Amino acid sequence: MEQILEILNDLHPEVDFTTQTGLIDNKILDSFDIVSIVTEISNEFDIAVPAEEIIPDNFNSAQSLQAMIDRLLDE
Amino acid sequence: MRINILEYLDQAAVEYGSKIAYSDGIDDMSFAEVQEKSLAIGSYLAGAGIRRKPVAVFMRRHPSTVSAYFGVVTAGCFYIPLDEEMPAFRIELILENIKPEIIICDNHTQKQAEKFALSSKLVLFEDLISTEINPELLAEVRSSVIDTDLVYIVFTSGSTGVPKGVAACHRNVIDYIEQLTDILQVNENTVFGNQTPLYLDACLKELIPVLKTGAKTYIIPKQLFLFPLKLVEYINEHKINTVCWVVTALTMISGLKVLEKSVPSSLHTIAFASEVFPIRQFKLWKQALPQARFINFYGPTETTGVCCFYEVDRDFGDDEMIPIGKPFANREIFLIKEDGSSAQIGEVGEIYIRGSSITHGYYGDFVRTSEAFVQNPLNEMYPELVYKTGDLGRINEEGQLVFVSRKDYQIKHMGQRIELGEIESAASSSEKTGLVGCIYDKDKKRIILFYTGEQDDVSLRNLLTEKLPRYMLPARLIHLSELPLTGNKKIDRNELMNIYKNGGKLNGTDFRNTE
Repeated sequence: MEQILEILNDLHPEVDFTTQTGLIDNKILDSFDIVSIVTEISNEFDIAVPAEEIIPDNFNSAQSLQAMIDRLLDE
Repeated sequence: MRINILEYLDQAAVEYGSKIAYSDGIDDMSFAEVQEKSLAIGSYLAGAGIRRKPVAVFMRRHPSTVSAYFGVVTAGCFYIPLDEEMPAFRIELILENIKPEIIICDNHTQKQAEKFALSSKLVLFEDLISTEINPELLAEVRSSVIDTDLVYIVFTSGSTGVPKGVAACHRNVIDYIEQLTDILQVNENTVFGNQTPLYLDACLKELIPVLKTGAKTYIIPKQLFLFPLKLVEYINEHKINTVCWVVTALTMISGLKVLEKSVPSSLHTIAFASEVFPIRQFKLWKQALPQARFINFYGPTETTGVCCFYEVDRDFGDDEMIPIGKPFANREIFLIKEDGSSAQIGEVGEIYIRGSSITHGYYGDFVRTSEAFVQNPLNEMYPELVYKTGDLGRINEEGQLVFVSRKDYQIKHMGQRIELGEIESAASSSEKTGLVGCIYDKDKKRIILFYTGEQDDVSLRNLLTEKLPRYMLPARLIHLSELPLTGNKKIDRNELMNIYKNGGKLNGTDFRNTE
């Protein structure tokens, strides 16, 4: 969880990612952020995020991003 | 000869009537409806005695916004598009410059609009469209409009922190659309997918050719650009075949490897603008859609939309750059070297543009207008204004124009033109901020802002969010104890770049604030 929080805080230090659950719904992340997050996840966790995982549900909170990463690491 | 862009709408309403002109996938608007709504809005404004005046349109990204633009023009006025994406501070600066008597909003933007519509009358689109149409008054208005009258003012970044309002007239837009429609080969079967915001001149590429040809435009919901697989599904579902997008919207799809899963196979014409298309990304597109036409566009807002194009007709090496090609018909590009003489083939010079698409200049700002709209330096015999772009280019061996770089601190980021000075000026607006210096990392496409003083990252970021559009926000804020200066005591941006690349250190000196 710490790694993903670090990635997110780097993009938006003003957002409290431990509590925010509407990163997409509240328009906090933009398309540039999504690309950055996907790239950083690939680098940090050595996994590829497939296109079908890039959906609002997976990007709405740090928790949902972590859940997606865990799932991809398991595969 | 056409003298008013509304002639396109008149003709379309007759020829294509109930056919859909604009849609966002949920709400549709036919050619007849666009005309009906614009006549009603025009009747309201003309009835209120407003003519040759700015009218601000602050509405959501939706087909009805397009009809509001035409409504303003129907009244012999010109529209100033505002958008909820713009921070309140920027909107206030624009309104201060324009001082519109009337702002048109819709049900979705009304609350936000009430906050800044202090010295203007706020009217609701939903009310305006029920205004009774006054054909006599509108005919009288129409006969008084000439092709040098304004159609719109759109705002671009200005280095002093005050955005510049580019004022374009009917002649500019007509000259642009006539050439563009030919190059894109737009016809009745064209289905556009609009990506660019409706508050920029870039959206004219889709909005007006639709009227000229009876084509259709989908105004793609913004959120889809976050989720590329859904975006590709949307394109295929609506059989969108022509797009004119900023490069970053295309590379988002290819960069996230979406083309391996799903191809937007309905596309046959893919135009891109605003930035250099990285060849590796471009090849992914070419591979996915080998039959499609790929067109590189170039051109500043000051010369209406785009004015140069290059249709990709060969393979490119990874280290090559796709040229910006040749000018559209009825305009000329020439390159002037530092010494004032013409650049020869292969030599770098500043790009100048001349032709009927040169706009009137910056609204309410004669000083900045005269700096960029200048006498043709190659013509000593009669007055002829040309636009000095501030872009450097060269002509390659094939006779194609190639973009080299900017002369100043303007950058292209997320498809938008940004003056780094505007970001610096926003950051300096708090007295807690000391010195600031902004740089752009082209490789990682990141804006980096260095600052000194008592300011901290969080409050500085909040300040910038308040003052700047989203696309101008720096990706990194770096606090230094002092900023490197040049011999003339100016902020040394080259040194800042070195500090950034060396993680805060330069020549043994640690610039980072370690307190």
